[in-house]
Amino acid sequence: MDTMAPILAAHPFCKGLDSRYLKLILECASRETFTPGQLLCQDNQEARKFYVIHHGRVAVEIYRARRGAVTIQTIGEGEVLGWLWFDQPYHWHLDARALDLTRVISLEVQCLLDRCAQDHGFGYEIMRRYAHRLAVQFRATKAQLADFYGD
Amino acid sequence: MTANLPDPMIPTPFVVQKVKRETSDTYTLDLTRAEGAANFAFAPGQFNMLYAFGAGEAPISISGDPARPETLVHTVRDVGNVTRAICRLKRGGVLGVRGPFGVPWPVDRVAGQDVLIIAGGLGLAPLRPALYHLLNHRGEFGNIEVIYGARTPKDLLYLRELERWRGRFDLRVHVTVDQAEGDWHSNVGVVTKIIGRTRFDPPSTVALICGPGVMMRFTVLELLNRGLKPEQVYVSMERNMKCGIGLCGHCQWGPFFVCKDGPVFRYDRIKAWFDRREV
Repeated sequence: MDTMAPILAAHPFCKGLDSRYLKLILECASRETFTPGQLLCQDNQEARKFYVIHHGRVAVEIYRARRGAVTIQTIGEGEVLGWLWFDQPYHWHLDARALDLTRVISLEVQCLLDRCAQDHGFGYEIMRRYAHRLAVQFRATKAQLADFYGD
Repeated sequence: MTANLPDPMIPTPFVVQKVKRETSDTYTLDLTRAEGAANFAFAPGQFNMLYAFGAGEAPISISGDPARPETLVHTVRDVGNVTRAICRLKRGGVLGVRGPFGVPWPVDRVAGQDVLIIAGGLGLAPLRPALYHLLNHRGEFGNIEVIYGARTPKDLLYLRELERWRGRFDLRVHVTVDQAEGDWHSNVGVVTKIIGRTRFDPPSTVALICGPGVMMRFTVLELLNRGLKPEQVYVSMERNMKCGIGLCGHCQWGPFFVCKDGPVFRYDRIKAWFDRREV
């Protein structure tokens, strides 16, 4: 647990977080490593974890019957994977596959939700960061939909 | 006394030496003068008017190495009658060239700075000469970061060269696409998301951007968010250039003629016009 603290503290998602809150996150955290090609999550599976990526890269994919897996985004160090864990039905809506050897700190969703409910100050901090990430993602998706490189 | 300068309205014949298909609709042509061995000097970011005989003229950025002026290089996308005629030329074919025209990238004025080169789609073509210049004078600049985005891996220009650049230790190249299938191992996502992964010192950085309007607009916003000032950002604008010397008015954009005052503009000078839809 100790070695995770500096990684989380330096990660953009947790940077500047009060040490009390960081401790609450650490109670829900564990380390995981994924080899290239390995799935971090799969469409329709229950979303039990939220991944804080601190090394490597992950391809976010949507499976299409005739074309197979289509990568719609890659995410890497300093980013997080799993946005819908705050919202019912707590299922993944995509596949995510490690492109490189990928090291993450995975956070148990139920554990985080419980702590958010118990400590609203913590819940607000998490929600604030969550909203920021959603806004960043929303802007990127909007740009992607605008056919950025079209004529 | 009148200087003996060539008439800018009269095209010079050039012969196609090589044609390379870059993507399904985009070709790179190597050209040399039809008569004489004189070099074709230009500055990175300038363009020529290419005349496909019988079809018409089109403004096309020069995409070759300014240190190799014996060959004139243009990358052309087949989007209309004139560009289609140019793209169909084979080795030995002849076309007319007027130029070079326009304001270049400020590569000779940014020594000591970190340089961000951000290109979208065909926008890498006018930026390639700037990158050649930076690499030819590598010691004069700080970090050089290239971000290049396209719709899919099949739409990327200069693939072999991109691979070569990625192999250099003195340059960081980030390639990203909107969507990918199969064995694509690089980034997927828009160029603005990649800016956060680049290394630059905001007060000592200059950004050179070329791509479609929407891409440049979002990119400029992201750079300003990350601490660059408007005067550190340069964009290359595309308009319907005709004469190339600011006479005909076809490319008027607010108070500017893009062919003469551009195509490269410092962002703070055109900021008021950049987002206007009616011009």
